[in-house]
Amino acid sequence: MSKLIDGLKRGIIEENPTFVQVLGMCPTLATTTSAINGLGMGLSVTAVLMCSNLAISALRNVIPSKIRIPAYIVLIATFVTVVDLLLQAFFYDTLYKALGLFIPLIVVNCIILGRAEAYASKNDPVSSLFDGLGNGLGFTMALTILGVIREFLGAGSFFGIQILPAAITPAAIMIMAPGGFIVLGIVLATFNHIRSRKEK
Amino acid sequence: MPRLLIIIISAVFVNNFVLSRFLGICPFLGVSKKIDTAVGMGLAVTFVMTVASAFTYMVYNWILVPLNVEYLYNIAFILVIASLVQMVEMVIQKVSPALYSALGVYLPLITTNCAVLGVAVLNMQENYNLLESVVNGCFAALGFTLGITLFAGVRERIAHNRILQAFEGFPIALLSAGLMAIAFLGFQGLV
Repeated sequence: MSKLIDGLKRGIIEENPTFVQVLGMCPTLATTTSAINGLGMGLSVTAVLMCSNLAISALRNVIPSKIRIPAYIVLIATFVTVVDLLLQAFFYDTLYKALGLFIPLIVVNCIILGRAEAYASKNDPVSSLFDGLGNGLGFTMALTILGVIREFLGAGSFFGIQILPAAITPAAIMIMAPGGFIVLGIVLATFNHIRSRKEK
Repeated sequence: MPRLLIIIISAVFVNNFVLSRFLGICPFLGVSKKIDTAVGMGLAVTFVMTVASAFTYMVYNWILVPLNVEYLYNIAFILVIASLVQMVEMVIQKVSPALYSALGVYLPLITTNCAVLGVAVLNMQENYNLLESVVNGCFAALGFTLGITLFAGVRERIAHNRILQAFEGFPIALLSAGLMAIAFLGFQGLV
């Protein structure tokens, strides 16, 4: 049991895929224009990651190691198609339109193939599932934090609720492309700073 | 013809893949420390994206649509791209060992470059025909090459400067990319 909780903690904090390993940057930058988009993208990736980790771990003794990468990609693409169709059916106006291109692109998210290769192909299904959950939640947390910051600076709202008075004009550039790079750069620098102070 | 011109300008400048659409950020940050390698990566991606645009168009319109299985596009595209990259790698290895050793490391990485799958899905969503798809793929990739080369030039300069310790590595790279993206915002409204 403690091994499972360790797996969760590792994914969320110690080896956070976004802030520590700096993986999966495309969706991180592109879908964090608002808190709700970031959260939605994070949860979609979490769902795919848990399914793919479980399936790959269960099949790890069946898949020949020479063709393992194509086999993993096909498995991942299958789960992404499932998530894509589910979002299209149930969240078309709220999420699907905003995330658009980046739903099918979950297939090439390096976090998913990375966890498959580094963890699920060597460990049992249950701990792989928890590893997927931990990494997925770490990714979701990072995307939501970035989404909250960018939405506040760029639109003056929090999860769609207006909190800045209308007299203050928000800096719209923060929800455009340059804002993504700049906010992520500053958040990463803050994380580096906190970590280096802890080490001292 | 004007339609093709609009596609070209839009793909290279207005909707630049890295600086406006956020596609292909991993190689953009990963292999942009030197101008030479950045150009090499850009040209390899250009080749794969042009050919992949043509092949995914054919697979989608000539196989998936007649069979009424359009929803399988994602699985089909990633298989096409993965085998294409593998094939390109083998051909280059046979034909030009020099080019192979120069590009060797980057070739397999192109499969998981989201710009390649991204352009295939975009071509499908925009309903481009075969010629338009190929032109869009080729020039979007040249836009990627332009972005990564300019960025490598900036990073070569940054390497010689003293930077706050917390900003070393990725943070300062992201901030410079943000400033470049502001410059590219100037192209908005061009098309």
